[in-house]
Amino acid sequence: MPPVKTRLPAIEGWFTLDEDAPALLGSRCTSCGNFAFPKETFFCRNPECQGKEFAETELSRTGTIWSYTDARYQPPKPYEAADPYTPFAIAAVELSAERMVVMGQVVPGVGVDELTVGSEVELVLDTLYEDDEHEYLVWKWRPRSGATGGGRSDA
Amino acid sequence: MPEPKSVAVLGAGMHPWGKWGRNFVEYGLAAALDALHEADLAWTDVQYVAGADTIRNGYPGFIAGATFAQALGWTGARVSSAYAACASGAQAINNARAQILAGLCDVALVVGADTTPKGFFTPVGGDRRDDPDWLRFHLMGATNPTYFALYARRRMELFGATEADFAAVKVKNARHGLENVNARYRKEVTAEEVLESPMVADPLRLLEICATSDGGAALVLTSMEFARRHAGTEGLVTIDSVSTVTPRFPQTIIEMPNFSTDSAATSASIGPTFKQSVALAAYEEAGVGPEDVNVAEVYDLSSALELDWYEDIGLCKEGEAERLLRDGETTLGGRVPVNPSGGLSCFGEAIPAQAIAQVCELAWQLRGRATGRQVEGARVGISANQGLFGHGSSVIVTR
Repeated sequence: MPPVKTRLPAIEGWFTLDEDAPALLGSRCTSCGNFAFPKETFFCRNPECQGKEFAETELSRTGTIWSYTDARYQPPKPYEAADPYTPFAIAAVELSAERMVVMGQVVPGVGVDELTVGSEVELVLDTLYEDDEHEYLVWKWRPRSGATGGGRSDA
Repeated sequence: MPEPKSVAVLGAGMHPWGKWGRNFVEYGLAAALDALHEADLAWTDVQYVAGADTIRNGYPGFIAGATFAQALGWTGARVSSAYAACASGAQAINNARAQILAGLCDVALVVGADTTPKGFFTPVGGDRRDDPDWLRFHLMGATNPTYFALYARRRMELFGATEADFAAVKVKNARHGLENVNARYRKEVTAEEVLESPMVADPLRLLEICATSDGGAALVLTSMEFARRHAGTEGLVTIDSVSTVTPRFPQTIIEMPNFSTDSAATSASIGPTFKQSVALAAYEEAGVGPEDVNVAEVYDLSSALELDWYEDIGLCKEGEAERLLRDGETTLGGRVPVNPSGGLSCFGEAIPAQAIAQVCELAWQLRGRATGRQVEGARVGISANQGLFGHGSSVIVTR
């Protein structure tokens, strides 16, 4: 029986490790309220604002697809592809409260045929790559149950 | 409207695009010598060298204005180097233009050249966890075509573009580039061949995504006074504006190499998009409008992106690009041919040379020297390009 691998984030501090309801960790400017992802740490991106202090904030866990595509060919390093390579879909997702679009891979097994602009997705954690002792986790988008294929917006 | 601040284009030159596998300096040198020859000037007449950089081929100091100055033989000419991703060449043009307009020099040489590896562009090596370009490959496997495909899918959803429309752009550009001696791909392709080529990033196929190429381009720019003395006023081609504007907050369209857009939660996104603003600034500075344009060279990193540009440079309203294409308005012989050179579709991308090559093509078009692809009677041309990290450019050339 192989030992259970330790699950680690592929990057520190970009998302919570709550397996049931993970969230991306963005920042909110304490002066103007501007959201940013990844987190802003020095100076607010809003040119009208002089803010230098930011609160860490969990971004909305659900959103609607702004656009999507897939990666039929293996991306080059530093992407750590499994062997053999399995293509995956990528979505750019609009978060309504934050009014921003965040990209991410779509969970394995969901292809572009199952995605539509405007349909709802939620954030999950999944393995990005692994070595002998660790699984490295990243955020991915998963179609919300019942929303797949039926969520076409009126756009 | 004030008179545009113009500089003269006395010479343009290129080393043919391809996959030659030689040192980039050689391509830049060949292009520079061609441009000087066309300008009827010697290297020793050049007072200022503006180089366009790339990082992919090493580091900025390796690929710089001084690299070409040394290769041509040190003369003490002043020098600058510009890095702006795909817009590097336009920034080099703008450096030369600013020196000339400030009266600091009369004759400037602009050079950009690159040797590219095969396959996808990759980020700078190492373990670069503070570099969004490195991180987007590592955490998402997002290549450049990923982003092009997001825009293409968006066009299909919003405006009803079809895969056939995207293929038609490729077919048009392949035909445009057939006679262009500097183009890498000079072969007619059919819509069927495009649609049967492998899917790379749905909905974009292999024949619809620009390759990475070796190549070099150069321009000899001079003050108007020098040009009148040296070449006369007959048929003089001038650069009337160079736009290098950055986006405005909040930038709500996802851009390479970012993970997210700005948030529009605290300030609404109003006014033109980034790509629209790039062209608008060029028009405003030159004192012309989209209705004056006879020929355009736009950055067709993908076939679908060319359609976005039709709207972004004002050739038609949003959502009308497919109609413009289908009606043949952007084909040679149409109202406003786009990418008569064959575009990136026929060239592939040699990053620091590409924005310079766009202006070379416009200069040749306006002079009536675009053999086999001439836009008859063209007097106003516009180039447009966009690259990584919020860089973009647009140049207006007139005669």
